Amino acid sequence: MKGGQPLRAIFAAPAAIAVLSLVGLVSALTGDGLRDTLSWAALAVPLAVVLWALAVRRG
Amino acid sequence: MSRQSIRAWYLVHKWTSLVCTLFLLMLCLTGLPLIFHDEIDALSEDQSVLALAGPASSGEGAGLKPLDAMLAGALKARPGEVPVFMAFDNASPILTVTTAPRPDSPASEMTLQLFNRATGAAVGQVEEGGVMHFLLQLHTDMFLGLPGMLFLGAMGLLFVVALVSGVVLYAPFMRKLPFGTVRVSRSRRLKWLDYHNLLGIVALAWMTVVGVTGIINALATPIIKVWQMSELAEMTRAYAGKDALPPARYGSLDEAMAAARRAIPGNNPQFIAFPGGAYSSKHHYAVFFQGATPLSERVLTPALIDAETGALTDVRPMPWYMQALSYSQPLHFGDYGGLPLKILWALLTVFTIVVLGSGVYLWLGKHRSPLEARVREVETGGLAVPAE
Repeated sequence: MKGGQPLRAIFAAPAAIAVLSLVGLVSALTGDGLRDTLSWAALAVPLAVVLWALAVRRG
Repeated sequence: MSRQSIRAWYLVHKWTSLVCTLFLLMLCLTGLPLIFHDEIDALSEDQSVLALAGPASSGEGAGLKPLDAMLAGALKARPGEVPVFMAFDNASPILTVTTAPRPDSPASEMTLQLFNRATGAAVGQVEEGGVMHFLLQLHTDMFLGLPGMLFLGAMGLLFVVALVSGVVLYAPFMRKLPFGTVRVSRSRRLKWLDYHNLLGIVALAWMTVVGVTGIINALATPIIKVWQMSELAEMTRAYAGKDALPPARYGSLDEAMAAARRAIPGNNPQFIAFPGGAYSSKHHYAVFFQGATPLSERVLTPALIDAETGALTDVRPMPWYMQALSYSQPLHFGDYGGLPLKILWALLTVFTIVVLGSGVYLWLGKHRSPLEARVREVETGGLAVPAE
């Protein structure tokens, strides 16, 4: 890797989003109520990140 | 990452994507309405059936008609046919009976009847038609049966390889860019390159899970076949070599259900598979019970009951590959967390469509420029635009 960010930095946000997505995918399988709500919140993260990127990182 | 390895991953990403993209676009476009098929069906179906109140048909005791009476009613409406499945509901007295000319008739020859188990009355026949059924067939096997399913499974495998290679290429591309970069004002190509990367990386886990579970679902037929030939054959070894039990000698369903409930107390039956079909032997009622917790509810445990005598032959938990198939259905359909989950599922499907579409756009734009120039584009985060 010549210059630029280390892999750890490149994949920090993507890894966090992936882990939250998996939590969301599994939690609704394990029950209803609060577990469904957690699932919605966690799986909304990818959408929220895109909205954030369009608002903050658009250039 | 060396230029050689970027080049290799670039080629893997390009070719796996190109081969599967058209089919994946079809799967996304047909899958989008299928996510909401319950809601769409409810609009067209007879509301009186859906609102049926009463004790759950998967229960037992007072207020529910005997299973033998329900089956007799179903067979009376389809003279000359044999029972294939009887399925139960945990929320309403709806009970369905599937009949067919022969125990091993193909699904297209089967008839599904709905009954109210509280009253014994028929509440209609399910018509396998309409737009949603067409979309489901297109999505499952493109009207080509097992070869179509396996083909779409192979497209799913290419999709997963495209995801992996895409993640590998994400690293050199983003080396000098902050996460979330979307450069909309420089060139149309750069804008779509950034959208492709951003939407692809945020939806990665979801796309991988839906892709992998799609592959497993596409393998349903061989997976069930393996179970039937190994586990089920072992469970019913004592019956191997015997002639199939003729329907005239089928014994009481209620006695069989009682024996099955004694073997797996406290759980709800989901369906009974009759002798001769893909889910049972030629001599057994296979009663499939749901697990007792929300997580295990989807994993079914079969109790095999001698269809002639009503005696229990064997109970065994499903092997890992059947359990994987059980979990692959909700995780592919997104129907396990209410309407908000379905809406998120649909939005992530739209993300996937944009990733696929932008991928085609990016390839169409510069596919005539030299490979080295396109590798340079990945390496520089899109700054070195390949010349035409």
